Amino acid sequence: MEQPVEAAITPLAPSISSRNWSEPLAFVVMVTVLAVAPLYIYPMFLMQALCFALFACAFNLLIGYGGLLSFGHALYFGWASYLAAHSAKVWGFPPELAILTGTLTGAVLGVVAGSLAIRRQGIYFAMITLALAQMMFFFALQMKFTGGEDGIQAVPRGRLFGMVDLADQGNMYITVVVIFLAGFLLIHRIIHSPFGEVLKAIRENEPRAISLGYKTDRYKLLAFVLSATLAGLAGSTKAIVLQIASLTDVDWPMSGEVVLMALVGGLGTVFGPVAGAFIIIAMQTYLAQVGQWVTVIQGVIFVVCVLLFRRGVIGELAAYLRIRL
Amino acid sequence: MKRLLSLTAVAVALAASSAQAQQVSVKIGVMSDMSSLYADIGGPGSTAAAKLAIADFAKSNPNVKVELVSADHQNKADVGSGVVNKWYDTENVDLVIDVPNSGVALAVSQIAATKNKVFIVSGAAASDLTGPKCNANTIHWTYDTWMLANGTGKALVKTGGDSWFFLTADYAFGHALERDTAAAVEANGGKVLGKVRHPLNTNDFSSFLLQAQTSKAKIIGLANAGGDTINSIKAGAEFGIVKGGQKFAGLLVFASDVNALGLATAQGLTLTETWYWDGNDNNRAWTKRWQTERAAAGKFPTMVQAGVYSGITHYLKAVASLKSGADGKAVVAEMKKLPTDDVLFGKGTIRADGRKIHDAYLLEVKSPAESKYPGDFYKVKATIPAAEAFRPLKDGGCPLVSG
Amino acid sequence: MFEIFGIPSQALFSQLLIGLINGSFYALLSLGLAVIFGMLNIINFTHGAQYMLGAFVAFLLLQHAGIGYWPALIVAPILVGLIGMVIERTMLQWLYKLDHLYGLLLTFGLALIIEGLARNYYGSAGLPYQMPDVLVGGYDLGFMRLPIYRGWVIVASLTVCLGTWFVIERTRLGANLRAATENPTLVRAFGINVPRMITLTYGFGVALAAFAGVMAAPIYNVSPQMGSSLIIVVFAVVVIGGMGSIMGAIVTGFGLGVIEGLTKVFFPEASNTVIFVIMAIVLLVRPAGLFGRRA
Repeated sequence: MEQPVEAAITPLAPSISSRNWSEPLAFVVMVTVLAVAPLYIYPMFLMQALCFALFACAFNLLIGYGGLLSFGHALYFGWASYLAAHSAKVWGFPPELAILTGTLTGAVLGVVAGSLAIRRQGIYFAMITLALAQMMFFFALQMKFTGGEDGIQAVPRGRLFGMVDLADQGNMYITVVVIFLAGFLLIHRIIHSPFGEVLKAIRENEPRAISLGYKTDRYKLLAFVLSATLAGLAGSTKAIVLQIASLTDVDWPMSGEVVLMALVGGLGTVFGPVAGAFIIIAMQTYLAQVGQWVTVIQGVIFVVCVLLFRRGVIGELAAYLRIRL
Repeated sequence: MKRLLSLTAVAVALAASSAQAQQVSVKIGVMSDMSSLYADIGGPGSTAAAKLAIADFAKSNPNVKVELVSADHQNKADVGSGVVNKWYDTENVDLVIDVPNSGVALAVSQIAATKNKVFIVSGAAASDLTGPKCNANTIHWTYDTWMLANGTGKALVKTGGDSWFFLTADYAFGHALERDTAAAVEANGGKVLGKVRHPLNTNDFSSFLLQAQTSKAKIIGLANAGGDTINSIKAGAEFGIVKGGQKFAGLLVFASDVNALGLATAQGLTLTETWYWDGNDNNRAWTKRWQTERAAAGKFPTMVQAGVYSGITHYLKAVASLKSGADGKAVVAEMKKLPTDDVLFGKGTIRADGRKIHDAYLLEVKSPAESKYPGDFYKVKATIPAAEAFRPLKDGGCPLVSG
Repeated sequence: MFEIFGIPSQALFSQLLIGLINGSFYALLSLGLAVIFGMLNIINFTHGAQYMLGAFVAFLLLQHAGIGYWPALIVAPILVGLIGMVIERTMLQWLYKLDHLYGLLLTFGLALIIEGLARNYYGSAGLPYQMPDVLVGGYDLGFMRLPIYRGWVIVASLTVCLGTWFVIERTRLGANLRAATENPTLVRAFGINVPRMITLTYGFGVALAAFAGVMAAPIYNVSPQMGSSLIIVVFAVVVIGGMGSIMGAIVTGFGLGVIEGLTKVFFPEASNTVIFVIMAIVLLVRPAGLFGRRA
């Protein structure tokens, strides 16, 4: 008998309309920080971290609220990144269409993979997602358009809506922040909607949800597709920002990294994945100088988090302050 | 680590300088794979080589102040480009050097061109860097796929290896290596009897080697790299490939790979490199210094690391001549104008497409009986003169040239 | 592509034999994983790193203690098994009551640590390890030349696999073990020290991985990455065979080795992917795996 994931997470207070003040306050804090940060911190780093933050939030939707551990989320992130890069570079799409193309790719792949994976639960679900991701990794390796080991490089930033030149870092930054916030708010809306409540019910006790008449498979599939779509959005944005789409984005260590981000930040919290993403990306960037230790440090963080900080940074903070984050 | 490096470099510069009239200041970044596949080919060894280059140059040019930083691109194009962007934008790095991994190198080359900085590729192999993807800010130093393919392919055919079978890693780099080598083989009168493509990072090659054995080709060309090459050769030893009269041609093999294989397994392997630690007295003396700097037992420098030393030396020469490192294009133009001369690669030139020209050597791995001391890996089968070793200027398709 | 039209039977048999040899590595490794998952419900992502440790320890034994291949076959697994037991006592035991996820994440983190440390101290190109002289050379079987070492691999892994299966499924010790995982409280009431059995079992599974590592050292590159490229494939094998089933892991390991070998002949570029395709199909059709007991 296995206890589901959230038994180790702070149980969410049962309330349909959250009349609590902590989440909106945290949101305001986050937006303020994002507005001010580029003055002090290298903007490219911030943009990269925001893309991964969105990716981690999308992943968290599935595991933290749906109870489904996907071990192959890089599939949607990476392939969306490829399609966005290709459409911007080769088909000449303006950035908003390129990002849309990538996001749709994530959605389509999510539907296909989801309908296959949903049929099983628990560890088998995770294994299927991993298998599918690995298969698609090998396709990416072999297909011409992905550029194989070199990836797709020199992706043009383009002009957003034909007007805003994204080669300018400031414009790009604002665009990324807007996309991130839109995705974030969407996830928040999903979590706190009737759909979200049913999802949580399914996570807690699926047989009971079925007995109540809910078609649980459909809910799970929808959650899966939403998660994949938003991961696709994150991947497409990243392709435009960094102007690169490469094999790293579809490989299984990337899937492992997004799990790490969500874990470090706090599974099942709204802000957790954001914090987790920033922490991990910061570590990679600022520790690049002592690069040979990055793997070991990541491993240590995994171990320490699992043993001692299962609730993640934000989760522990929230539990300590007795608020919801 | 970073602080230690900068402190060392600053200390060296300070120690060597007294009151000067014109201080030229530059910052160099060694970006390599410090932690995975190519860490022994470039990695911390490249940083060590860089330190030696800076120290040597400071001795005779006290008015040039050089700061050194290093980073790990972890073989990821996005990590690499992220670090390089940060270096160029916020840390005033003027030169990025090394970068084993063609994908990362191509990305960095673009960035260097956009930001008008300098990029010297020592570690990566893609001949496109001086071909269609060339630009006025990039120099390709040590070797490239064309040179490897032609060096090994042509030289082997001329010495009797005229029938070939390819074992190719199934991705762009492997295909390119196979294509270029097959072209060289056929252009020199040899025949390609067949090929088989294996997935990247294959553990077990027995099945593919069986096919190679059946083909009865005299030479089995390994169009792969790193762990794949090592595994191919190890399996080859087991299946008695060499005993059966066939030979392996390693199309991308470094001294560190031979070290990892051990001579008993690797003996008879033919490969091409542009620098070998035991090639002459200069190289040997430098290697001793490198080993002290590197402070890791049992390692020998590869041509990539020697290339870092040589590249930095010439860069600093150009900067000293211009009295500034600020304008990347100007520095590179100066580097192309000045002939190169350093203790490792000797005299050479840099062409208009950014290609550094020097001799190449066809090497064969010695048997354990022939090896007299640790590191005595190779016997030199042939020297390929610089004029023939690299792709002709007109064939590259570099816009800087044909335009 | 080098087409061998109408594959001559010679070539076919030789590829089958080679597939069988590869299968024995898969079987050895998935056996360890299956033991650990079947008995302990832990998904041991560290398995690849422990396989690598086995090879590294064998190298170190040779380098520093002059202990050669044959003793290393016993000593290295014991040493690495001990390390495994320490891991279990200090870290894993706190996670048994929780979701699988945490065990997976912890062992994943451990794998990163072990691999990273190995790479920092030994570089990534690999370490040389020579084959013991007795096993060098080959038999001419007519249709191919079989290296003696590969023949030894098949024999050794079959022995170990069947031995393990026998102990777990057919002896009193194995029965106690299986009972302990199904109903620890009851078994403890019989006076059996359940936590110690669990520790020993984990250690045994790890030792199996290390044993495979020592076997691999003479023929595959001994590098810090050697485990991570294999681990995903081995997971697929275990999942296909059925995560709790020992015999399933063994049979699937050998079977998949053969299938992979055949794919290498007919469609070599896909030889990495075929296992995942099969895994996806099996999971959809028979979710518990081919031999599995739990759904």
